[in-house]
Amino acid sequence: MNMKANEPWVYLCTVEDIPRLGSRVVERSGGNIAVFRTGDDRVFALLDRCPHKAGPLSQGIVHGETVTCPLHSWNIDLSSGEAKAPDTGCARRFPVKVEGGEVFLGLS
Amino acid sequence: MLPNSKPRLVVVGNGMAGIRTLEELLTIAPDMYDITVFGAEPHPNYNRILLSPVLAGEQTFNDIVLNPVSWYEAAGITLHLGKHIDRIDRVHRKVIAADGTEAPYDRLLLATGSMPFILPIPGKDLNGVISYRDIADTEAMIEAAKVKRHAVVIGGGLLGLEAANGLKLRGMEVTVVHLGDWLLERQLDPTAGKLLQQSLEERGLSFMLGKSTAEIVGNEAGECTAVRFKDGETVAADLVVMAVGIRPNTSLAEASGLYCNRGVVVSDALQTYDPRIYAVGECVSHRGIAYGLVAPLFEQAKVCANHLARFGIGRYKGSVLSTKLKVTGIDLFSAGDFMGGDATEEIVLSDPAGGVYKKLVIKDDQLVGACLYGDTADGAWYFKLLKEGRKLGELRDHIMFGESSVGDVGVQGQSRAMAMQDSDEVCGCNGVCKGTIVKAIKEKGLFTVDDVKKHTKAASSCGSCTGLVEQILMNTVGGSFQESPKTKAMCGCTDHTHAEVRQAIREHKLLTHAAVYEFLEWRTPNGCATCRPAVNYYLISTWPHEAVDDPQSRFVNERVHANIQKDGTFSVIPQMKGGVTNASELRRIADVADKYHIPMVKVTGGQRIDLLGVKKEDLVSVWADLGMNSGHAYGKSIRTVKTCVGSEFCRFGTQNSTQMGIDLETMLANMWSPHKVKLAVSGCPRNCAEAGIKDVGVIAVDSGWELYVGGNGGIKTEVAQFLVKVKTAEEVKEFSGAFLQLYREEAYYLDRTVHYIDRVGLEHIKRRVVDDADSRRALYERLLYSLEGLPDPWAARIKGAQAREFIPLKVLA
Repeated sequence: MNMKANEPWVYLCTVEDIPRLGSRVVERSGGNIAVFRTGDDRVFALLDRCPHKAGPLSQGIVHGETVTCPLHSWNIDLSSGEAKAPDTGCARRFPVKVEGGEVFLGLS
Repeated sequence: MLPNSKPRLVVVGNGMAGIRTLEELLTIAPDMYDITVFGAEPHPNYNRILLSPVLAGEQTFNDIVLNPVSWYEAAGITLHLGKHIDRIDRVHRKVIAADGTEAPYDRLLLATGSMPFILPIPGKDLNGVISYRDIADTEAMIEAAKVKRHAVVIGGGLLGLEAANGLKLRGMEVTVVHLGDWLLERQLDPTAGKLLQQSLEERGLSFMLGKSTAEIVGNEAGECTAVRFKDGETVAADLVVMAVGIRPNTSLAEASGLYCNRGVVVSDALQTYDPRIYAVGECVSHRGIAYGLVAPLFEQAKVCANHLARFGIGRYKGSVLSTKLKVTGIDLFSAGDFMGGDATEEIVLSDPAGGVYKKLVIKDDQLVGACLYGDTADGAWYFKLLKEGRKLGELRDHIMFGESSVGDVGVQGQSRAMAMQDSDEVCGCNGVCKGTIVKAIKEKGLFTVDDVKKHTKAASSCGSCTGLVEQILMNTVGGSFQESPKTKAMCGCTDHTHAEVRQAIREHKLLTHAAVYEFLEWRTPNGCATCRPAVNYYLISTWPHEAVDDPQSRFVNERVHANIQKDGTFSVIPQMKGGVTNASELRRIADVADKYHIPMVKVTGGQRIDLLGVKKEDLVSVWADLGMNSGHAYGKSIRTVKTCVGSEFCRFGTQNSTQMGIDLETMLANMWSPHKVKLAVSGCPRNCAEAGIKDVGVIAVDSGWELYVGGNGGIKTEVAQFLVKVKTAEEVKEFSGAFLQLYREEAYYLDRTVHYIDRVGLEHIKRRVVDDADSRRALYERLLYSLEGLPDPWAARIKGAQAREFIPLKVLA
């Protein structure tokens, strides 16, 4: 992943701290962030707020590269934050990188 | 990939099947191929089903165009109109048109459709003898109707009748000649056929049935003048329309050496014997059947596109058909074995004066066929019963009077979609009106209930309006749209049904999600939010104490053991067996409510206390402070056993219903099930605990206990059915436990007990639970074994299980 100079990377946790096909919540003023881990151990971060009715995406079921919102079952793409068709909407993405099994979040 | 290195896909046939396949392909793999389409007709793809309204003068050709030329341009497709492909050079992989145009291919799709069958009789080539298959035939008929007077239509099938009706509307005298003894003999039984004939005669059409045509007589100018029959009779005709049937157009395929047998023979992947060549539509013979209806063609298109896109998944397994037709404004519907036979029974409603006739064919207490004339509103419902093969049981008394007689809306409910206004609400959960659904179906070209669900959200929540949506779909998609059944696959990740998945888990002792997905060749690496919870349930219910219960495959409520609310907080309901509590518990609840600032404390319908608005990170401490077990008020699991006070205090009580309820709730603690399970125990037939609408209802009488099963107070109120009367409290536990274990082993995930009993029949339950003591004891023992040693989930989490689930991460600055 490209690292921009102005993105301060902060250490979050190890990959193992996030359950596979699950997520962890990062508490933050201005809205919590959901950090997801896929079946093949890739890590993504989205604002923990479904574009539909603000459901906590962190509580959804993760499958493939998608999370299903627990409130009304919208499917949100983890890499883009976009709702899958025919629903439309987008959850804000946060840059995230994994180095040596450690997860860093880009908070600019 | 460079543009010029794309593989080339050539489509021969510019009709509904071929172009539908391209549409499906472009959706899933938009840039994969350089596509070239050859169409023998000089028109872009149009809706062949709607030729009749064009003939009748109700629509113009432009109205029925499905893909205008601009669509091909926008999709980057090279379109050759009016070019007939003569030859496929399979060695050099190119097609050659009659005018010499050549197109090389890497993949070839044949969608050459069908040809009208022309009777091999003298005079078939005379001027004025035409078939009815495409827009050119339709225009020829429109022209002929301007100058000619006597039309004879040979063939009393759907096409023939539509041609006859159109020509009549254009002012001709029309006689329909038919070899069979009644009209539409493949769609209607004799009675309905006669009714149709009567009605059409009233509109001025003439009929000659049981007539075999010998020749068409012509004059010196080579024009037809009459039709002569084998019995010597003749009838004047200056226009003859041959509509005796269609046959797959296989001439190109046969000339190219592809194996054909009443159609181009294809595999379940729609592949011909030449692996580079695929075929779809009416030209195809799949498992020995050539389909002539649009719904199967569209199913083929979907599967074929998937293979062209090299996804290599999806199989076409053939279609079960129902036919819904509108012939000259008369609604007709038939499905299954509507003729009946020796081993079948019939229920018939006949009102010739009112123009209504209905016949239902029943075999072994299942609906196997239906033929409806005049009133087809319940067609979709009958077709559903037929597909499901559901035991009719008590439904038999009402089935003829339609869905509305069994309840207007409900779990399987649908009311009369036709009678609804556009502003009427169809889906109460998502607030979707009929007009919205109709608009989406028309504008987005939706053909399945699943599509409608996705685009409109109708029927996507509780599902009680699914039948209604199906009806609206049937009524909207077109007069002669044929609905074919949804494949009952578990979800888009697999073609396997719930039954097949569970069977595989049992027979091959699959113990993990990964094993299931690998063994059954799931299309997705780790399933989806629909199949994962179902597979998880089948695993843990089939192999208790052995299979791996995967928390990530459970809905959030079952993962965190509390019920998520719309603002992301949770509700906490502690166990309160039989609704009995005490001062100490109430004091702790009050203290917790204060300490954690619980915004609402509410008594539930199940005689418990609900603490609403608990933050996720507080859950474990709330449980610890409460010092009570989980009430499981959030899961597909045992919920609560509601009780009345019973003989201990009540002057009417006959047994100790409260203790019975507490015993049952103790026995069933921590039980996972296909859906939620609620019980109630009443101390006398006054039934204050409302046992009549519970999955298992127990009612005390002086001489023992009555057990009722399959009740439901939810989406559609269902009254529980009487199962058995027993004498002792121990028997109550054994019989209700055995019933619940049978439900756990046989019901599909998300079926309540009522749906399960509907599917298998109460007789089946009685055989396994009441009549056969060995079977009952075995079921009961399996239930107790699965529940043995299961920890209370709250206690386990207080001890530290799944801890990170509840602890948010902190960012270290």
